[in-house]
Amino acid sequence: MADKKATREAYGEALARLGQDHLFYVMDADLSASTKTAVFAHAFPDRFINCGIAEGNMMSVAAGIASTGVPVFASSFAMFAAGRGFEQIRNSIGYPHLNVKICATHAGITVGEDGATHQCNEDLALMRTIPGMTVICPADCTETAAAVEAALKIDGPVYIRLGRYAVPEVTAGHSFAIGRGQLLREGTDVTLCATGVMTSIALEAADMLAAEGISAAVANLATVKPIDRDLLRTCAEKTGALVTCEEHTVLGGFGAAVTEAVCETCPVPVLRVGMEDVFGRSGPVSELLVYYGLTSAHIAEKAKAAIAMKK
Amino acid sequence: MLQIPVAELANRIRMGALTGIYHAKSGHPGGSLSVADILAVLYGREMRYDPQRPDWEDRDRFVLSKGHCAPALYAALAECGFFPTEELTTLRHTDSRLQGHPDMRKTPGVDMTTGSLGQGISAACGMAISGKLRKKDYRVYTVIGDGESEEGQVWEAAMFAAHYHLDNLCLFVDSNGLQIDGAVTEVMNPTPHDEKFRAFGWHVIRINAHDCAQIMTALDEARATKGMPTAIIAASVKGKGVSFMENNVGWHGKAPNDTQYQSAMAELQARSEGGYRHG
Repeated sequence: MADKKATREAYGEALARLGQDHLFYVMDADLSASTKTAVFAHAFPDRFINCGIAEGNMMSVAAGIASTGVPVFASSFAMFAAGRGFEQIRNSIGYPHLNVKICATHAGITVGEDGATHQCNEDLALMRTIPGMTVICPADCTETAAAVEAALKIDGPVYIRLGRYAVPEVTAGHSFAIGRGQLLREGTDVTLCATGVMTSIALEAADMLAAEGISAAVANLATVKPIDRDLLRTCAEKTGALVTCEEHTVLGGFGAAVTEAVCETCPVPVLRVGMEDVFGRSGPVSELLVYYGLTSAHIAEKAKAAIAMKK
Repeated sequence: MLQIPVAELANRIRMGALTGIYHAKSGHPGGSLSVADILAVLYGREMRYDPQRPDWEDRDRFVLSKGHCAPALYAALAECGFFPTEELTTLRHTDSRLQGHPDMRKTPGVDMTTGSLGQGISAACGMAISGKLRKKDYRVYTVIGDGESEEGQVWEAAMFAAHYHLDNLCLFVDSNGLQIDGAVTEVMNPTPHDEKFRAFGWHVIRINAHDCAQIMTALDEARATKGMPTAIIAASVKGKGVSFMENNVGWHGKAPNDTQYQSAMAELQARSEGGYRHG
């Protein structure tokens, strides 16, 4: 876990690498230096389309391009891609099931100092309610590269949630497949189910719990939709309690997806760690994670509470 | 290219649209009638397509950005051989391929799913830039309503099309002057369209939307215009062709009853060159 790197970096590199062997277009809305689509634009200037600051138009233009048989990656910050562009994504891309990959960076409160207007804590909830939309939230750069390639290989809309916050490598040695979670750590008392930047923090929480004699499994579920119901059922059966960890509102997103699946397969206590129905604020990321309870210590406390709820 | 005169095709499109709306007991006759002549020229004379191969890669594309006028598009597609005209009576039925708004996955010949105003023109831009980048020679046509131009996305798309010199894109503004809540100039005035599109970097042509010769001439001019997209501002009459529907905003989104349907069809059939029937 020595080197940390933001998943947006791996996204730009993956586009430039895949562009060598695959025909697709990349679109951005004036944020290419930040989303890292500029890496692709530099390598393939004639396949990069800047839409300017007009995200709604970008999504519908992407749909039109995809209708001609060429896949498109469309990027902006999560707030403006999934937020501003929701209705265009829903009607122009999702409903006709067009081959557009929406890769949104700067998700969640780890945007940091820019504050609440730019901290998108709702995108997973918005995107997973669109029929046919695949939703992926990679935990590290290895998983991001694999997710971008996997998204290109399937026909249909995909939303990939990326961050600007540097994260350690945690999925090395585990293969990525859309719809499949990864059991990063075995355990018997509770399962910490995590996605995105929270996966490495959940692993730290498992270490803290181990020091107290509590055996916590850690499941990394990058694919929020379709969620890995088999893995969740196995974890629920084996450990009898779950904690979900997401850098996103606890309403309607990853925690909700896990809860729904567990309720329907093997009902056990599920407690959710995430943004508690509040807006974010400006601040250094390290302080915001503490302020909003997105820490290993907070996850460990929730794990103990979940264990206490077992019958 | 169809062999029947475009005026006759336009008349059939009007009858087919009204027939669909009548059987659906809902729909949008006013705008379907105002766009009928534009559709007749596009599908009857202008566009390159093959009803046997609706997904033909090199076909010209059409996007009905004012998607609520789907009944007219369906009638045009049926008349041009994409599916049987008898199917028009299934409009908006639960088991029908003909959705209330155009659905590219359900209806042969529909090139883009539309209905949410402002999005179709953007999708048309996407088709046009994809063709440009891959050096395809297909052209892309789209129609927005004048009320639709109140959507900000229309102007985002207008900026995009001019910025990328999409001279393979041709836009009609079906300017019938009426939207649901009343006159467009009173609800939220989007005019003057000619000056606005010119300022956005488009070649602009003004025509009468019900004069097929003018439509054809404008399309020739659009094809000859290089380096910029063309906007054809087409002055139209909402409800055109059915006297009691003309310029009456009450017919924006309402189906005719039995008497009204028979009266409307009689009026249109009197102008038809004969033998026209719908189920």
